[in-house]
Amino acid sequence: MVEVPEHLRRRAEEARAKAAAKAAAAAGETPGAGDSGKTEEQKAAAAKIPPHLLERSRAAKAAAGGEESAPAAAAPAPAEAPAAAAASAAATGPGGHTQRLLTVVKSGSIQDVKSLPQDKVHVWPHLLVVEFAAALFITAFSTVFSIFVNAPLLELANFNETPNPSKAPWYFLGLQELLTMFHPMVAGVTIPGIGIFLLILAPYIDKNPSNKPEDRKFAISLMTVHLMFWAVLVMIGSFFRGPGFNFVFPWEAGLFFEL
Amino acid sequence: MAIDTDDIKPPLKERLSQQMSKLGSDMKGSQAWSSIFRPGSIFRKGYTDSPRNRSYVIMNSVMYHLHPVKVKRHAVKVSYTLCLGGLSFFLFILLTVTGIFLMFFYRPTAAAAWDDIYTLQTSVTFGLLVRNMHRWAAHLMVLTVFLHMARVFYHGAYKPPREFNWVIGVILLTLTLLLSFTGYLLPWDQLALWAVTVGTNMMGYTPVFGDQVRFVLLGGVEIGTDTLLRWYVLHVLMLPFVAVIFMAIHFWRVRKDGGISGPL
Repeated sequence: MVEVPEHLRRRAEEARAKAAAKAAAAAGETPGAGDSGKTEEQKAAAAKIPPHLLERSRAAKAAAGGEESAPAAAAPAPAEAPAAAAASAAATGPGGHTQRLLTVVKSGSIQDVKSLPQDKVHVWPHLLVVEFAAALFITAFSTVFSIFVNAPLLELANFNETPNPSKAPWYFLGLQELLTMFHPMVAGVTIPGIGIFLLILAPYIDKNPSNKPEDRKFAISLMTVHLMFWAVLVMIGSFFRGPGFNFVFPWEAGLFFEL
Repeated sequence: MAIDTDDIKPPLKERLSQQMSKLGSDMKGSQAWSSIFRPGSIFRKGYTDSPRNRSYVIMNSVMYHLHPVKVKRHAVKVSYTLCLGGLSFFLFILLTVTGIFLMFFYRPTAAAAWDDIYTLQTSVTFGLLVRNMHRWAAHLMVLTVFLHMARVFYHGAYKPPREFNWVIGVILLTLTLLLSFTGYLLPWDQLALWAVTVGTNMMGYTPVFGDQVRFVLLGGVEIGTDTLLRWYVLHVLMLPFVAVIFMAIHFWRVRKDGGISGPL
């Protein structure tokens, strides 16, 4: 189930542990860092410089400083030789580093990392199994429902016999309900047209960048009011309209509704 | 009685399993097999559960057109999407399958349509069941598409960068309603005729072009056999064709816009 690659996670943990240890060491060192501490540090660093580099720097100093510094430089050389030999075995630079920092390039200056690492899972099996189960469920549901409930097939279409009431399919019954209140052009064309137009424009009207419900109280209330309004209209049109599209109670007049 | 063990054949079960495994390896080595399954397919190299093979399942199959190899962990949460978009798509497939079955038994003329449906229900094996499934799945699809839209709205998933996918979604919602409405007429019974009469009368009130809109929709001045043919072609061919194209863009954009939205 864990989808962050194991080796990357381990590497990150090690790096974190290393950084923590270093920070702890630095914190322990700084309070005691007086003159003596500094010389100790320098000595430790000098001990780790490879002998050939020390030799080279000494030669350079001698050439620059003239004769007087030359004997002074030559004198300590034998004394330091054993320590230098020991350090070369470890093959580390000043401060115990095995590499040198050449420069720091801030992220974004030469390469822009757009995608931050995300917690991801494999589509197979995690998503496909869910989708398969959903598909299986809906197939089973519609099969079983179809075994027990038959689709309506009324008598042959007859232009001379208008059923009372005549109803549109249920999803248009909200519109038919509006027909009882408005002129057909308003109820049948203008209102649904504006509705669809506003739905399409929704993302361009709603400039609020947040998708958190607590930041979108107005948008959510507006949508809910409209959805509820629409649902109520559809339900009235479906269940509460009888002959002549008059308002009836289904528990008194019966149901005038076919799917 | 002494038995010469060399003559004894292995038991039948063993021989059978040997034969089966030989058949299996022969089949997997055949040109036909390797032409069907691309290199890397798990049907060629077998499947043991590993991150690499999990990727191969998607990457080396047609599923790669629909899904990336990995998705955000929260995207597989059923409580977030309620599977509504996927269910809408699956219902579309179910409707296509059952609809193709129905097409074998249906002629879109005023004289034949109702009788064909009646015959389908009474004389065709599974005819009634398949017609029921087609009808209930259609109503269900209108519902799931509608709920999918509501879900997307409440999650604020239409916000940048997904604005355009929302627009396509609204178009798909409209297409779903039109698909359902055009199918409504086809049984050519009283329910169909008068529901469509109510619907098209409303569209006749379109400003300026009202009469023309109605004429084009009905294929005449009133509902008749021409209307039936027109709506049949719209229902089985044109609207599904348009819907499939918009669905392809819709699904593609879901991936290109960075997977589904959220988490909240």
